[in-house]
Amino acid sequence: MKKIEDTRVVIGMSGGVDSSVAAFLLKEQGYDVIGIFMKNWDDTDEFGVCTATDDYEDVIKVCNQIGIPYYAVNFEKQYWDKVFTYFLEEYKAGRTPNPDVMCNKEIKFKAFLEHALALGADYLATGHYAQVEVRDGQTRMLRGKDNNKDQTYFLNQLNQEQLEKVMFPIGHLEKKKVREIALEQGLATATKKDSTGICFIGERNFKEFLGQYLPAQKGVMETMDGKQMGHHDGLMYYTIGQRHGLGIGGSGDPWFVIGKDLERNVLLVGQNINNDALFSTSLTATDLSFTTTLEKPKSFTCTAKFRYRQEDVGVHVELLSEDKVLVTFDQPVRAITPGQAVVFYQGDECLGGATIDEVFKDGLKLDYVG
Amino acid sequence: MTRIYLDHAATTPMAEEVIQTFTKEINEEFGNASSIHQTGRNARKKLDQSRHVFAASIGAHETEITITSGGTEADNYALFGTAYARKSEGKHIITTQIEHHAVLHACEQLEREGFDVTYLPVNKEGVIDVNDLKNSLRDDTILVSVMYANNEVGAIQPIQAIGELLKDHPAYFHTDAVQAYGSIEIDVHALHVDLLSVSSHKINGPKGIGFLFVGKGIALKPLFYGGQQERKKRAGTENIPAVVAFAKAVELKQSKLQENITRNVQLKQAFVQQLTSNGVQFTVNGPETDVLSHVLNISIPKTDVETFLVQLDLAGIDASSGSACTAGSIDPSHVLVAMYGENTPVLRNSVRFSFGINNTEQQVIEAANKISKIIH
Repeated sequence: MKKIEDTRVVIGMSGGVDSSVAAFLLKEQGYDVIGIFMKNWDDTDEFGVCTATDDYEDVIKVCNQIGIPYYAVNFEKQYWDKVFTYFLEEYKAGRTPNPDVMCNKEIKFKAFLEHALALGADYLATGHYAQVEVRDGQTRMLRGKDNNKDQTYFLNQLNQEQLEKVMFPIGHLEKKKVREIALEQGLATATKKDSTGICFIGERNFKEFLGQYLPAQKGVMETMDGKQMGHHDGLMYYTIGQRHGLGIGGSGDPWFVIGKDLERNVLLVGQNINNDALFSTSLTATDLSFTTTLEKPKSFTCTAKFRYRQEDVGVHVELLSEDKVLVTFDQPVRAITPGQAVVFYQGDECLGGATIDEVFKDGLKLDYVG
Repeated sequence: MTRIYLDHAATTPMAEEVIQTFTKEINEEFGNASSIHQTGRNARKKLDQSRHVFAASIGAHETEITITSGGTEADNYALFGTAYARKSEGKHIITTQIEHHAVLHACEQLEREGFDVTYLPVNKEGVIDVNDLKNSLRDDTILVSVMYANNEVGAIQPIQAIGELLKDHPAYFHTDAVQAYGSIEIDVHALHVDLLSVSSHKINGPKGIGFLFVGKGIALKPLFYGGQQERKKRAGTENIPAVVAFAKAVELKQSKLQENITRNVQLKQAFVQQLTSNGVQFTVNGPETDVLSHVLNISIPKTDVETFLVQLDLAGIDASSGSACTAGSIDPSHVLVAMYGENTPVLRNSVRFSFGINNTEQQVIEAANKISKIIH
């Protein structure tokens, strides 16, 4: 085994506090650490200002504080081809994509990992809240210790080959502790606000952004029994279970998005947060990926998440093919959304995941969901 | 790890004598050259002596030297100064596609202000055709700005021929000599140039200082207003220690010009030979002759500059590409695009090595060996 000082670790630095502290911890442990900033999106405005410039400035400051070399690498083209194109296609199909899952799969832990290896790296590290642990000869991906921050949901598509090369230096820490370390060390990003939303949209108006790339087709909203309830701005702007932005007033319970009728360009809405039509009991999912190479039984029970930060639900998983699973829930689940990931867990271990395709209630396909 | 610095076209270390001069001046002198007392007069004397050195180095008169904060200011002063002074005579400016951004971005700003700029193309070796310039000249052309030698590929431009051509045209002729100065003997009168930019930190002088040669009878609108410094052409209290150290650097360069050229050519040859004998496949970007002795730009097939420069850095070699890679935005070098077009792998696999005073033959051979190791 290599000595720690001869072990080269490339850390992906975003200019945020998490990756800053991750880099610091690696350096403190004695690794040969190199900080690299990834530029995946260009939002340069008419004044030549790009958010990446400020973030890179922070990377430079932090790397100089820690005492590690820093570089930047450009993956705009790969990101556009692999992530953004998928993102638009999914919206066009009336689904709600998860670009972060795709970015981790195709960019951070593929193109970027290859770049790191080309630079002689033994490992690629990131500031994700997740953990890796070798058990029975397999590298397992475990939830981040901070349950509120755990990011394994977004990392569900990583395979064994990728996980063997990965380090998550802050995965065993609470977010609060990460901030504390940054403050103690006086890192330039110690008090920087966490980024929110989809990275390439940032703080901007989502509707306006999407409208620049996809034509929005206005239409009507209807209840499940066909009663017209006003107009929508374009189906792609709405996601299953969404409450805000419908503009339906009046007395009674608030209104929610129940589903979409793509053919008629109708947005289906219903009253009450626990509207029966929002609940389903099983789903099928494709793009199935497992974190280990261990052979999977044809069917097994575990827990699953259908959205980031959701509580786990007990499920029964049946492998329909190499790529496809049927997932049956122990209890009905609200607002399952095609395009999002279903991610499987056994205790603290993330087993892998897939992309939600079809949603069923008591065996009947809910066509209005997608 | 002792680093091997092969990026002298970006900046150079100060020569030993320059450091001595600089520190001596900082220690001993602080006067304001505009003051009427003895302390001020001491500073003024040094300023005048330095200006004499600058003028003599290019065959100019002392009154033709305006000291600036460096090459960028000299270029901006030449361009905006001419444009604003002559806008009633015409709004046409001619430059090239391969200028430094200090010229190109200034021209783009002038376009936004209503000036009309022609950007001359170059051939595959990075050299403009004087006939193109001749055909672009108009009655309302007020300025022609062509760099003396390109900073990325070292291609020397036909400055004398352009000077001859413009002798009978009212357009001012500016040349950005920032990369050429100190590597080529320059005589402004033989060249018929009106404006010539020079920077100190490219010739082993301190940073933040340079000058613009402004020929007799050439009137520019100043960029800075304030005191009466530089014959009212450039307000601001002079940085005397930097000026004096710059003058020392000029003297050193002038006295060793031929020697330096010979040495740089030897270093370049040794480097190229070592790469070749190590079996590294590469082609040279830029002309074979009429090229700066200290600049070597090579394209190495199957490498990627973004990765390669990092690998070089991690191996202890400082080099660079023409690409601006701030915050990961890799814009291909505008110089290579002008030479080869948009669709060639050369844009993604070219690296510039540039040699200088502290380099040894042993260093460049070691660098070539490390490069071979990275590639194979």
